[in-house]
Amino acid sequence: MRLLTHNMLSSNIKGVANGFPLKIEVVTVVEKEVEFNIEFLKKMFSKVEWKALAEASRTMGYTELPENADASMLDSDDFLHKFHHALLELHLEEGALVCPETGRKFPVNKGVPNMLLHEDEV
Amino acid sequence: MWYLCVFYHRLLDYRKPEVESLAQLFGVTSSNSLEWKLPKHHHSDSPFHFVNLPSEQIAQNVANRSILVKGIFELWGEGSSSEELEESIKNYPDERKLPYLTSDSTFKIAVETFGKVISFEEQNKRIQSLSYIPFKGRVSLKNPNHTFWLIETDDYDSNNGLPPIAGRRIFFGREIGAADRKLLPTYQLKSRNFLGPTAMDAEMAFLMANQAQAKAGRLVYDPFVGTGSILVAAAHYGAITMGADIDIRVVRDGRGPDCNVWSNFKQYGLPMPIALLRADNNLPPWRLGLKEVFDAIVCDPPYGVRAGGRKSGGRKLLKGVIGPYTVPDDKRTGHIPSTAPYSLVECVHDLLDLAAKMLVLGGRLVYFYPVVREDESIDTTFPEHPCFKLVATSEQMLSYRYSRVLLTMVKIGPYTEEIALAARIKHLEFKENHLKWLEEGNLHSAVFSPADNHLKQAGDTKISKESKARYRGKYV
Repeated sequence: MRLLTHNMLSSNIKGVANGFPLKIEVVTVVEKEVEFNIEFLKKMFSKVEWKALAEASRTMGYTELPENADASMLDSDDFLHKFHHALLELHLEEGALVCPETGRKFPVNKGVPNMLLHEDEV
Repeated sequence: MWYLCVFYHRLLDYRKPEVESLAQLFGVTSSNSLEWKLPKHHHSDSPFHFVNLPSEQIAQNVANRSILVKGIFELWGEGSSSEELEESIKNYPDERKLPYLTSDSTFKIAVETFGKVISFEEQNKRIQSLSYIPFKGRVSLKNPNHTFWLIETDDYDSNNGLPPIAGRRIFFGREIGAADRKLLPTYQLKSRNFLGPTAMDAEMAFLMANQAQAKAGRLVYDPFVGTGSILVAAAHYGAITMGADIDIRVVRDGRGPDCNVWSNFKQYGLPMPIALLRADNNLPPWRLGLKEVFDAIVCDPPYGVRAGGRKSGGRKLLKGVIGPYTVPDDKRTGHIPSTAPYSLVECVHDLLDLAAKMLVLGGRLVYFYPVVREDESIDTTFPEHPCFKLVATSEQMLSYRYSRVLLTMVKIGPYTEEIALAARIKHLEFKENHLKWLEEGNLHSAVFSPADNHLKQAGDTKISKESKARYRGKYV
């Protein structure tokens, strides 16, 4: 699971008001190379919740992202590469996503998060 | 400029929408929109059409990326006899012809027929008869600079599944571009490592990717990803792909380390999906603030004919009256939630709501919609949504009584509060009246119940069915 995916997901358990951002429990992190595409990064920058991304990348052991970011930083090549690396190349292979409100764990195995709810959470 | 567009004689309903969607992808806008025209006496199912496109560059891009275009040609002449053809070619302006006939160029002439076969000697004779065109270049059959086509059709009415054409017609033109169908054997399903029962065949998957206008830098999502067959086509065109499925056996496990969704991309040297997740389309796990992130949503929803849809909350829905099922705390880890059948209506409702919320403006939703055929025609009411405009409907007949229609919808309006509210109410209604919707929206029974019942109900339709013309164009 890449951090782009993490940035899009929330806990959708019935009754949970704010299930975002999910906390990451790391067991294994791998780096997987992804082709660098500036257009895509610029487009995604406006959709991404920056604080959640910066926090998540730190949990995954990558500390290069600044605390805050604004669109003007997209002119910097250095920033774009860091953003690219954090958003698309850090990959949670094994671990879990934890609902911030209830503590329910959504397991991540073989890089695939399991967001399916139990019968009593629907 | 007007071009002659010759199609492969298959998937007839899919041909024009493909050209239209590619034309838009390559720069045709509403102000310089494309137009269609039929040659004289031709039926709309004919492989021959005239298409008006703003530039040769666009025509070439469209043809080369298409799946169903045999060729787009600059027409130099046409006629119903070789004399008429000669006259017509001679009248075509020299300044359009001479640049392609120079002595430093190479060329080849191909002979093509529709609805008849002519021998090799006969073909050569036809080529020789074109000596009135001042070809100066050398012939090169392997890699010519310019390819010319002589295309012939005979007159026939609606026999053998061919469209009715009255009058022989000969076309001569210069090839601008043609579909690269070599990619179909490359991607054919029988070469693929990981397959499921409903994997989308390569040709259809590529047609869907073209309807979705997949290209580099665009994010394409398939909420019923299965073995990834549709996303493979989107990834071929450079799109960044993302998929979800409710079945974890498919999306995570596959059949081993080199036989899973990921390996289906690796096999062709394509970039892997940016994300695969297990999620339920009925209860999508996207965060609230996340909007308009996908450029296209492409999918083949489970209609319940070959694979039934499933959604979360099985036991609760079935035992709803008795009281909800609770998972004991010590069993929570590794618990496999039960699922309930997912009716077609609800599935389509969820899909439209998701697409309305998460597609960018101008983004496309491309999906199959099943229909039961009645009396040789289909019910033409397709799902509607205030955020969407339906731009293409392409039918593929699967059996005597059952078709699937590929719908292409373009997002034209923002997802407003009112629409969100209406969707929430509908969602609850589906939940409360689950069994009712399951029965009403059950295509499975309509397809698999004996056909006789249908005919008896409809009374005299049986007679009209038998007296109908045997033209079966849509079966092609």
